[in-house]
Amino acid sequence: MPLTNETIKARVTEKFGEQLTGFEEPYGMLTFEAPKEMNLKVLNFLYDDEELKFRFLTDITGVHYPDKPGRELVVVYHLHNMVDNVRIRLKVFTNINQPDIYTVTGLFSAANWMERETYDFLGVNFVGHPNLKRILNVEEMDYHPLRKEFPLEDQTRIDKDDEMFGRG
Amino acid sequence: MAKGFCHSCCGIEFMGTMGSHYDLGRFGAERVGFSPRQCDLMMVMGTIAKKMGPVVKQVYLQMAEPRWVMAVGACASSGGIFDTYSVLQGIDQVIPVDVYVPGCPPRPEAIIDGLLRIQDLVGKESLRRREGEHYKALLESYGIQ
Repeated sequence: MPLTNETIKARVTEKFGEQLTGFEEPYGMLTFEAPKEMNLKVLNFLYDDEELKFRFLTDITGVHYPDKPGRELVVVYHLHNMVDNVRIRLKVFTNINQPDIYTVTGLFSAANWMERETYDFLGVNFVGHPNLKRILNVEEMDYHPLRKEFPLEDQTRIDKDDEMFGRG
Repeated sequence: MAKGFCHSCCGIEFMGTMGSHYDLGRFGAERVGFSPRQCDLMMVMGTIAKKMGPVVKQVYLQMAEPRWVMAVGACASSGGIFDTYSVLQGIDQVIPVDVYVPGCPPRPEAIIDGLLRIQDLVGKESLRRREGEHYKALLESYGIQ
C-alpha cells in the first residue's frame, strides 16, 4: 500500500491525538504543527515507526512572523521517507522571548549545521546542541539578521545617501 | 605580475581580458601569479563577503612592498548591488586601494584602462613610497605596519 498523506495523518493522529494541529497540504506536501516541547517525540516517532520511516532530514529552516504574538518564530523540519519517496514538513512554533527548542542532533547528525544556521539567522536557541555558534555570518555579528526588525541594508554605511537612491 | 582574486562575474571578464582577444600580455602583464608573495599588484574582482574580509587582508599582507591594489567592479569598490548585512561594502574597508575600476561587470577595456593607470602610478610615484609619511599613515589607519 503506498504511503499517502491520509495514512500518515491517521498514523500520527492515532499516536499523538489532538496535540498535532494545523494539518494542510500545500502543493500536495503534508504539513503539520507540533507543540515545541514535543518536537523530539514526534520526530522520533516518525523515524522509528515501521510504516512511516521518515529517516532522512532534508532541511531545517526557520521563519519569523512578527505579527503572530506568542508564536513569532517557527522552526520547520523537512523530512523524507527514502523508501516510499514521500516528503513531509513539521513546524514548531515558539515565543520569540524564549526561543528554546530541543535539539534533534541526537536523532539526525545532519541537524548539527542546520540548527547552527537557524540559530545564526533567527536566534533560535537549540537546547542541548553540542556546538551552538554562528556558522555563516561573521562571529562579531551581534544580531540575528533574518529577524524582521533588522533592515536588510548594512547600517554601517554613511555614504549611501537615501536621496541618491530615490527613497529620501 | 598580478595576483588575481576572482570570484564573480568580474573574474570572468578578467579571464576574457587575459585571453587572446584582449590580451593583457600586450601591456606587460603576461603572467598571473598564484602566490601573492611573487606579486606586486592585487586585483580584487568580485563580491567580498564580510567573512572573506580577513582573507583579503591576509593576501594583501603576504605581498611584498612595493604593492598595489586594484578594485575591479562595483562589488569590490563599494559593495555594488549587495547592500546587505553579509557583504563588505567595498574592499577599502580592509585594505588601501590604488585604482577603482567601475562597471558591473567592467568591460575588458575598462580593466585594461585600470591596469594602465596602475602602471602610470608605478612609473611616476617615488621609489621610496613606503617611506612616505602619507603612506605610513594610510597603512596605520588600516592597522597594518
